[in-house]
Amino acid sequence: MTRISRRGLLRTGAAAGVLAATGLPLRAAPKRGGKLRAGLSGANTSDSWDGRTHSDLFMIASAQGTVFDSLTMVAADGSLQGELAESWEASADAKTWTFNLRQGVTFHNGKAFGADDVIESLNLHTAEGAKSAAKPIVSAITEMKKVTDHQVMFTLENGNADFPYLMSDYHILMYPAGQIEEAIAKGIGTGLYAVTSFEPGVRMTAKRYDGHYKGDSAGFFDEVEYIAINDNTARMNALMTGQVDAINRIDFKTEALLRANPNIAIQEVTGNQHYTFPMLSKTAPFNDVNVRRALKYGVNRQEMVDKILQGHGQVGNDTPIGPANQYYAGDMEQLEYDPDKAKFYMKEAGLDSIDIDLSASSAAFEGAVDAAQLYQASAKGAGININVVQEPADGYWSNVWLKKPWCACYWSGRATEDWMFSTAYEAGAPWNDSQWDHPRFQELLLSARAELDSGKRREQYREMQEILRTDGAVIVPMFANYVQAISTKLETPETVGNLWQMDNGRMAERWWFS
Amino acid sequence: MTSILRIIAQRLLLGILTLFVVSIVIFTAVNMLPGDFAQLILGQGATPEAVEAIRKDLGLDQPPITRYFQWLASALQGDLGNSFAQANFASFVGADGSTNMASVAAQIAPRFENTLFLAGVTALIAVPFSLFLGILAALYRNSIFDRATNILTLSSISSPEFFLAYILILFLAVLNPILPSLSNIYADMPFDERLTRTLLPALTLTLVVTAHMMRMTRAAIINLLASPYIEMARLKGISPMRVIVKHALPNALAPIINVVALNLAYLITGVVVVEVVFVYPGIGQLFVDSVKIRDIPVVQACCLIFATAYILLNLTADILSIISNPRLRHPK
Repeated sequence: MTRISRRGLLRTGAAAGVLAATGLPLRAAPKRGGKLRAGLSGANTSDSWDGRTHSDLFMIASAQGTVFDSLTMVAADGSLQGELAESWEASADAKTWTFNLRQGVTFHNGKAFGADDVIESLNLHTAEGAKSAAKPIVSAITEMKKVTDHQVMFTLENGNADFPYLMSDYHILMYPAGQIEEAIAKGIGTGLYAVTSFEPGVRMTAKRYDGHYKGDSAGFFDEVEYIAINDNTARMNALMTGQVDAINRIDFKTEALLRANPNIAIQEVTGNQHYTFPMLSKTAPFNDVNVRRALKYGVNRQEMVDKILQGHGQVGNDTPIGPANQYYAGDMEQLEYDPDKAKFYMKEAGLDSIDIDLSASSAAFEGAVDAAQLYQASAKGAGININVVQEPADGYWSNVWLKKPWCACYWSGRATEDWMFSTAYEAGAPWNDSQWDHPRFQELLLSARAELDSGKRREQYREMQEILRTDGAVIVPMFANYVQAISTKLETPETVGNLWQMDNGRMAERWWFS
Repeated sequence: MTSILRIIAQRLLLGILTLFVVSIVIFTAVNMLPGDFAQLILGQGATPEAVEAIRKDLGLDQPPITRYFQWLASALQGDLGNSFAQANFASFVGADGSTNMASVAAQIAPRFENTLFLAGVTALIAVPFSLFLGILAALYRNSIFDRATNILTLSSISSPEFFLAYILILFLAVLNPILPSLSNIYADMPFDERLTRTLLPALTLTLVVTAHMMRMTRAAIINLLASPYIEMARLKGISPMRVIVKHALPNALAPIINVVALNLAYLITGVVVVEVVFVYPGIGQLFVDSVKIRDIPVVQACCLIFATAYILLNLTADILSIISNPRLRHPK
């Protein structure tokens, strides 16, 4: 099947006429030139070009979004595309994967890209003593075989239909084999832009790499400059005074001011980022499914979206699968605030009233303590007395999360269902913050993982989401939008990626100056 | 002169002792904070094995006393060590710790240079400005001018720094785009651009430190105005301005110098808020980042720099006041 890309469609005049007639917005073709200056948060003085350590926007946008490439990438519409891999195929059990690599690609230091680079770059994550966040992904590969210079064969421990998706993870960057240490020190990748300067926690500049394989289809700026601005107000000021062209994560309180400025446009996308209240499901009283159900009906989700997110979000349905996921079951019946139902389940549990501690801190997410207090107020009517324990933000993740029976937490979500579930809902996973161990769920998780038939997978993932919705031990009251602001001088494609902030961190690749 | 040299030697020795005490206090304080480097750098991903691995790599599994003396031993030899963040990164790469790794000194040096630059620019503006205001206020004491200056400087010192910063941004960057609101200076930036970018934070800090110095100048001068020799000068028919600048000021210098020194030390150690608002890459930001991740070597080095700044500036102030006072210069 040939699928015409939206951009390709726009290039042909006739098609453009048709589109104009149907009333779809028409945008000018991207233009080369200019210097993109962006003020981004999430920078640290400990930042480096080592993809294994990346965890926040600044380095994700700088590394995967600008200087480095991965084997595959998630397009703005959520579909999977090849980046350094041109194509891939799986064996029937999804256990053996063959990747065909792009030919004629060079690193910024002139070295040609090939199979050795892939194998060595992946081995970084399983090297002895390495603490890569992508270790679980890579350690599932039992064998990597170089078939030809531009073909690699991976054998997995168990079948995994999502394997090509996992290769788009921002930790898994391609470095030049034999020069990895130097590449990490200097930032030598195959990306659209080559580093010109990098001061950790301060700024990163890069200029367009001539002869990049993506040619004229991406990377429209001559230069990019990412400035680390962790302070919300400073970021907003920088955009307002025209010192940067784009900023991430605007403060909702000043949103109206930004909207009032005619030179600034606000971008908002709902992705997989969600705020949660996980309960340890093996600890009383959360080991009783009826208590969990009572809690599900005792929370006013819409109120949380309105008050905590100031409307910049979507109510959650107690599953971690969001609108940016392929098999998101958006049509599932929505859990609503219903004190009577909550009371009913309390009675089923044999309880009249119950006292529970809920630990929260702003470290979990901004407004977590307020959210816990809203929960306290809404649950009261059902005889559930929530005692909000305000925990210090320092050490929250080591002392409270995974330790206190019920607490506040956040997840930025994952590109695939299996990845999300196996990170936080698979029995025995270290980050399984609800001690979730459900036989049917686990069975579905394993069978869906190796299932190559998309229709069957959809059913299986739907059932898993149903299980979490009705019986699960994690309250997911809301999905928080990514809200960012850009100068009107910048043009973006119609669809902006919602997997991560700033068009999945790829603004340098996808945006241009009008 | 020998007495001055003796004072300097004494003070320096005491200073070293102070630094030693400071390092113990900081080390204990950072260790008392909840969580350690391994847990904080891993954040949500702090699985027990990963935490253990990092602790072992960095020697955090050893008792605090051993760690302190190890640090002290190398610090005494001039080696401030490597930051945990960098050492941790090096173990990711598989390097042995000596290659491609910035030591604490190398990490702090450019930041400290920026901080000194900002403090220098601020001092160049603030010190003459406050002395000038203080002299004028003393000259026209109890006039409208005196009262207005007092009210303005006192309200600027009482406002939080970030508030002053935002007001300046509003008037000088947003409403009248004269100066840039971002002060992200970097190493190879031309001097004039670096200066323009540093002006807004420097002006903010000027507002913060002016009141102190200006009021001390005013008070010290007015204090002397009742002395007989001033009366004599006045009876000679010298103009009021000349009385103050020629006769009162030289004798009022000692307390003024002390306040100036204190404020300069503040400019080096306490400007984190201003750095954050203007995105100025100074040492304060690095210090706060390091405390956040409990990167003890960097925290220690920063604190030692801060303490040294205080000790040296105070010493300078004392020596200058001795030199400015003939009675102290020739003790009999």
